[in-house]
Amino acid sequence: MEQVVQTRGLYKTFPRKGGAAQTATHYCPGCEHGVLHKLIGEALADLDLQDRTIVISPVGCGVFAYYYFDTGNVQVAHGRAAAVGTGISRTQNNAVVVSYQGDGDLASIGLNETLQAANRGEKIAVFFVNNTVYGMTGGQMAPTTLVGSKTITSPEGRDPVQAGYPLHMAELINQLRAPVYIARVSFSNMGKLRRARQAIRKALEIQRDGKGYAFVEVLMACPTNQKMNVEEATRFVAEQMEVEYPLGVLRDRAAEAVPIVRSESDYAKETLDRIFSLDTDRAPDAQLTPDAPTFRVKMAGFGGQGVLSMGIILARTACQAGKFVSWYPSYGPEQRGGTANCGVVMSGTPVGTPLVTASDILVAMNRPSLEKFLRDVKPGGLLLYDAAMGEVTPPAGVRALAVPATRLAQEGGSARAANTAMVGVLAALGGFDLPERAYREAITCNFAGKDAVVQANLAVFDHARAWALEQELP
Amino acid sequence: MNQLPPDVPAPYPVIDPLECKSCGRCVMVCPKKVLELGDELNARGYAFTRYKGAGCIGCLNCFYACPEPNAIKVHLPAKET
Repeated sequence: MEQVVQTRGLYKTFPRKGGAAQTATHYCPGCEHGVLHKLIGEALADLDLQDRTIVISPVGCGVFAYYYFDTGNVQVAHGRAAAVGTGISRTQNNAVVVSYQGDGDLASIGLNETLQAANRGEKIAVFFVNNTVYGMTGGQMAPTTLVGSKTITSPEGRDPVQAGYPLHMAELINQLRAPVYIARVSFSNMGKLRRARQAIRKALEIQRDGKGYAFVEVLMACPTNQKMNVEEATRFVAEQMEVEYPLGVLRDRAAEAVPIVRSESDYAKETLDRIFSLDTDRAPDAQLTPDAPTFRVKMAGFGGQGVLSMGIILARTACQAGKFVSWYPSYGPEQRGGTANCGVVMSGTPVGTPLVTASDILVAMNRPSLEKFLRDVKPGGLLLYDAAMGEVTPPAGVRALAVPATRLAQEGGSARAANTAMVGVLAALGGFDLPERAYREAITCNFAGKDAVVQANLAVFDHARAWALEQELP
Repeated sequence: MNQLPPDVPAPYPVIDPLECKSCGRCVMVCPKKVLELGDELNARGYAFTRYKGAGCIGCLNCFYACPEPNAIKVHLPAKET
């Protein structure tokens, strides 16, 4: 039988490309992206991996790789192939993940994720096209640009004093323990091309067997941006690039590597609830009650005053009572003495934004917080402020009450529980219509495991609530 | 040029004139120099590569060096058993 050697593993035509010439690639004449596509496609077909494979297209000239590979395809944001590849690999144990990236995508914006994924030994075959220049954007200097090479952003040639030295990705990755296979190849003569073909197959065999991370750096030139014909481009690769970036297999542990078997991913709600301890009666599912009012509460004060805990207790209370809730903190880097605030939203319908920009209630534990957030209180809203800050004149239409929170906490038996005292006042005056039982369970839950603290806070809550019920709001 | 005996089926490349972008990689890597860039332009404006008609040894260099997936196929005769 006659044998016809032709391209395999790629689509016969490229309708995703649209427009004219749907049987040709979008690559410039002489560009070796097409050579690499053909070699990857051939290996995937020979290894019978197309139905298991997801090729990740990068940002760069390879952005449209999904036009060509007859596999599953994803096109991802610039430099994010390693992260997306990790996600795919971790959720689809049997997937063969192929990441196809250039030097801007992998070695510049995606450098961190590339190294982290390599260091985790993710099951990804990475094909890294190093052509020492940014192609898609029009010939800018890349991390891999050779010293002295002229690009449109290094018109005098790359100066290492200004721009550092060419980045050796294969060698960098070779510093990590996890990768199974690391090679650098080129197509600058047919012997090297056939070795590249073997390296590509090896990287994909490692994926077939689920053995882990494989990295193949492919040197090529960019005839268009480097203004070379294919002979000059080939000489550039052989005589300059390969001097800076030596070819070879830097590591091959395929024989001794064992398949990585990760537990099946389980995103069922019951499983997630269990992981986050939400499968208890303290976290009932919210009940849809569209007619119930929505409350947006802002709480603010010094860091360390328990402002964030106050919000959590209120949110837990509403959650316990079957409301949809959000709790959204904002605080400085300091653990104590900075400012802190949080917004709590309680609703009968799912909460959209957790931001509280217009509040029904403001709880201000100090004057700077009061001054910052008072203007956001809606007309008819309620201001509760710590009486320690002195007299406050609220804006028209805002009801205000000075709460001697620290004194109420002391009287209740726990001087540190001024925040719980405020919760007691909210329970009495907030108008939330939440059952008292829910507050008590939220407080108990918040200080779980510390019975004396729970009892003290419950006492403060009761005392402050009783005090508030005797107050008259304007 | 070494010619194979005429009674033995010879390998040969098939170049799709429309798909060739005239980059010349196949011409550059052909050990027998049996490929050449022609003068005629295809519908996309490229002076496509032509096989001179004899002398192909089926080394596949042109196939692997060609970046265009649909431009070159190589026919290899059945191996004698």
